[in-house]
Amino acid sequence: MPAIQELEKIASQVRRDVLRMVHAVQSGHPGGALGATEFFVSLYFEIMNHKPGQFTMEGRDEDLFFLSNGHLSAAWYSVLARNGYFSISELSTFRKLNSRLQGHPATAEGIPGVRIASGSLGQGLSVSIGAAVSKKLNGDKGLVFTLMGDGEMDEGQIWEAAMYAAGKNVDNLIATIDNNGQQIDGPTDKVMPLGNLKKKWEAFGWDVIEMPGNDMAKVVGGLNDARQRCGKGKPVAIIMHSEMGHGVDFMAGTHHWHGVPPDNDQLARALAQLDETLGDY
Amino acid sequence: MTEFTFTEQKDTRSGFGQGLLELGRNNPKVVALCADLTGSLKMEAFEKEFPDRFLQTGIAEANMIGIAAGLATGGHIPFTGTFANFSTGRVYDQIRQSVAYSEKNVKICASHAGLTLGEDGATHQILEDIGMMKMLPHMVVINPCDFNQTRAATLAVAKHHGPVYLRFGRPKVPVFTPAEQEFIIGQAILMNEGTDVSIFATGHLVWEAIQAAILLQKQGISAEIINIHTIKPLDKAAVLRSIAKTGCAVTAEEHMMNGGLGDSIAQLLALEHPAPVEMVAVYDKFGESGTPAQLMDKYGLNASSIVDKTLKVIQRKKKS
Repeated sequence: MPAIQELEKIASQVRRDVLRMVHAVQSGHPGGALGATEFFVSLYFEIMNHKPGQFTMEGRDEDLFFLSNGHLSAAWYSVLARNGYFSISELSTFRKLNSRLQGHPATAEGIPGVRIASGSLGQGLSVSIGAAVSKKLNGDKGLVFTLMGDGEMDEGQIWEAAMYAAGKNVDNLIATIDNNGQQIDGPTDKVMPLGNLKKKWEAFGWDVIEMPGNDMAKVVGGLNDARQRCGKGKPVAIIMHSEMGHGVDFMAGTHHWHGVPPDNDQLARALAQLDETLGDY
Repeated sequence: MTEFTFTEQKDTRSGFGQGLLELGRNNPKVVALCADLTGSLKMEAFEKEFPDRFLQTGIAEANMIGIAAGLATGGHIPFTGTFANFSTGRVYDQIRQSVAYSEKNVKICASHAGLTLGEDGATHQILEDIGMMKMLPHMVVINPCDFNQTRAATLAVAKHHGPVYLRFGRPKVPVFTPAEQEFIIGQAILMNEGTDVSIFATGHLVWEAIQAAILLQKQGISAEIINIHTIKPLDKAAVLRSIAKTGCAVTAEEHMMNGGLGDSIAQLLALEHPAPVEMVAVYDKFGESGTPAQLMDKYGLNASSIVDKTLKVIQRKKKS
C-alpha cells in the first residue's frame, strides 16, 4: 500500500502531465482534471482491485471505473498510463490525429482501461448501473466506480439513473460527484443552481457521504468508507468538494480554465509549482 | 408466380416476444430491459420466466439504453424494448455514444414502428427511425415482414456481436413466411422471380408487394419481389443482380422516403447501376390518428400504390 506521500508524488506528476498534454495541442480541459487528480490517483493506485497489465472489457472479479464527465480525460489517461495500462510515452499523442487518446474517451481503437465512450454528458451513471447489474448476475464481487461532474447534474438522465439505482438496490456501485462548483459558463450557482446535493441524493434513496477532494488522505479515507458501505442495499454517492484547477495558483477556483489551455508562459509558471516526481513523458 | 398463402394473422411484435422467450431459455447471457411497455412489446413471458434477467426501467428510455450498454460491457446480451419512437428519436445520443460509437452488443428492439400503431397518432408513430439508425456506424438495421420472420430475426441478432436495431409493429398481419426459414442478417430473400420490375419491400409492405405482383400479373407484368429484411448492411449483390435483369425498381416501406429503404436502394443504383426508381413511402409528413388500414390507404402504403409506381417506373424505363 503506497503511503499518502507516495500518492501525492504521483498526483504532482499527473498534474504536470495534464498541463503538458493540453498545452501541446492548445486544446482540452485542464481545470476539472487538475481538481479531480487526487480522486483518480487514489482510485487507481490505492482503492480499486484491478489488473492494469491485463485489461479486459468485462474485468471479471475486478473493480471497474467509468468516467462520465469525459472531458476530464487528460487526468484519467495520465493515471492509466502511470498505472501501467499503456505506455507513458503515448500521452504525447493526446488529441492528435490517429491517436487512441481521443479528446474525450473512446473505445474504438481499444485503448486499455476505457470501457465506454463518454463526453456527451449524463450517460456514465446509467452505464455504470448496467455494469454493476451485470456483475451481480455474473456472481462477480467487484465494485463499479464512476465520476460525474456537478455541472453534469443538469442532465435529466442522471436523475433517471439515480432513481433506478436506489429503487432497484444496486448496492455494488459508488458514484462520486465532483462538486467543484464550476461549469463552463460560470459558477454552478449561477448557471443552474444545484441546491443541496447531499439532500437530493439522499432523497433519491442513496447512502451519501461527503469528502474533501484535494486532500489525499481524506480522499483515500472517503473512498474506503464508501467501499465499506457497499452491499447493504443502497448505492453509495460521494459528494466530493474539490477545487477546479487545484495545484496551480492562478488556475484554482475559477471556471476560466475549464476548457482553456495554458500558453507557453503560463505553462512554465504552472510547472514551476509542481514537482517532476516520476519524470515527464 | 410463387403462391403465398396464410392461415392466420399475427402481430410481428409477438414474433419478437416468442423469439426473446426462446433466447432466454437457450442463452443465459440474454437479458431484457423495458421502459414500462412490457405488454405492448410482448415481453411478459420472458419477464415471468426470467425475472432476474428482466430489468424494468420505468419510463426512462435514456437510462435504459445506458444500462444496456453497461450490461453489454459485462458480457451480457441486452435486448431493450419500447416503441420505435422512444427507441430512437428520444435516445439518439445515448445510442450514438454509449452503444454505436462504443460498439456495444446491444439489441434495440422497437415495436409500433411506422403508421400502423394507428389511433395514438403522430406523437407515438415514427417514420424516421430507419434513417436515424442506419446513419450510425456499426449499427445493423432489420425490419422483418411477419411473425415468423420477426421471431427468426430475434434469434439471429443474438448471435451477431454488435449493435442492432430491430424494428417491428403492432397490427396483426398475414403469417406467410415459413416458420423454419433461417434468418441470415444482410441476405435478402427472393420471394418471386420476375423480369419487368424489381420490387424491393421491407416489413409490412412485403405482403403488399405480393398482392401488387398478383394484380400486375393480370396486366401482363412480371414483377420480381425481394424482401429486404436487413436494410443495413444492404444486400447489394441481390439488388444489383435483380436490376441487371429488370432494369427498374420500386421500393416499398412503412417509413419516410428520406432515410428509408428507398433511399438506400437509390443510392446504390446511382453509384453502381443507374436505373429508374419509384418509391412507396411517406413524403415529408408526420402521421395522424386513424385505423392502421385507413392510414396505410391515406398515405399510399399499399398494394395499389405499388402497382401505380410500377406502371410509372416501367414507362420511365421505356423512355430511357
